[in-house]
Amino acid sequence: MWNKRREEDSTPRPPTTPAPAAEAVREVPPAPAPALPIKPAAAEAPRGVAAIGKSVIIKGQILSREDLYLDGEMEGTVEVPEHRLTIGPHAKLVASIRAREVVVLGAVNGNVEASEKIDLRKDAKLVGDIKTGGIIIEDGAYFKGSIDIVRGSEAARPAPSARPVPQPAPAAAAPLVGAASAEPKH
Amino acid sequence: MNDRWKPLTRADPSGGSRLAQFPPQPQRAQNSRGGSQHPVYSRHSNGLEQFFGQIGSEPGLRILDLSGASQANIAFITNLGHKLYSEDLLQSLDQAFGDGDFFANQSAPARVEEFLEQSLNFPDDHFDGVLAWDVLEYLAPVLLKATVERLSRVLKPRSCLLAMFHAEERAESIPAYYYRICDGSTLLLTLRQVRRPAQFFNNRAVEKLFQSFESVKFFLTRDALREVIVKR
Repeated sequence: MWNKRREEDSTPRPPTTPAPAAEAVREVPPAPAPALPIKPAAAEAPRGVAAIGKSVIIKGQILSREDLYLDGEMEGTVEVPEHRLTIGPHAKLVASIRAREVVVLGAVNGNVEASEKIDLRKDAKLVGDIKTGGIIIEDGAYFKGSIDIVRGSEAARPAPSARPVPQPAPAAAAPLVGAASAEPKH
Repeated sequence: MNDRWKPLTRADPSGGSRLAQFPPQPQRAQNSRGGSQHPVYSRHSNGLEQFFGQIGSEPGLRILDLSGASQANIAFITNLGHKLYSEDLLQSLDQAFGDGDFFANQSAPARVEEFLEQSLNFPDDHFDGVLAWDVLEYLAPVLLKATVERLSRVLKPRSCLLAMFHAEERAESIPAYYYRICDGSTLLLTLRQVRRPAQFFNNRAVEKLFQSFESVKFFLTRDALREVIVKR
């Protein structure tokens, strides 16, 4: 009892000398804390948000002037130009999508235009071309298509006819791809 | 043998008994979202450095990444001002040929054509660069030949392709990786699975594979992964 401290001191410790690393190949330290805040997967529609449930099938066009949660099947076009569109985990969309912000948890087959950002969560599946101001893609998400990062003012335009040549952005890793490039350069 | 170079002792889904040398004892690091843990390691890549050196510095180029979409590759390539095309060719391979004999299925001309139409259906002279990574090792000869021809078609003249080939000659199973770009000359490799390659490529076989290209350049490395830059 009284010798507890002494016993702890005498406990053998592993050597702290780091192992020699190969020149061409080196181990990676444990990943740092997540650069992005981990948002809970929105498996259910948040309160106060317009929602289309998982048993609903829509063919045609949706135009929303508020945030929209879509968890059903949809074929056509979805436009939420100034708000967030969340595509739920049960959703199956064959649609072209245009929104300010798009969060994908389900399956989408079609082109997506998100003026601000698109967030592909784990288990999301997107086949189509993306045009956006920024993109976040989680490990486990499946994406097939092209990604075009558009710059600030261009991303806000609804249907650009001629795109200016994109300017290179700093190579520093940014949590949100394309977000850094919207900043003015000096 | 140094403990850091032990062979990987993961169950081999393809039933192979001999495993390729896995690079250093991989550290099990959490991914950025706290998800499942996979062995990862980073390596200097002269091939990657050459690739981005050769495709040019002007923005607006089209780059095809055959390793699947990842935040790291998207960030790096789009921050250079380029447009990224993403395709997970290994996953598409499994979906297209996974029923029955994986390699025998890749020899059926109709299935090969269908696969190419679904996975590499791009206009001619479309890309300024292709990051093929190690996926060509898992293609049986008939599909491999057709795929390389298709890649040659979709690449612009004098543009580049980066590929990797394991150097272990008698390995029955080799590690397949996710390749993530850390910077212009460093890659982060995450073990994806251990699987049987379709064939072994020595330097002569690689040269023959890309004989229709203008040049083939090898980068010898200290681990068991050879890097190859081919210019169309």
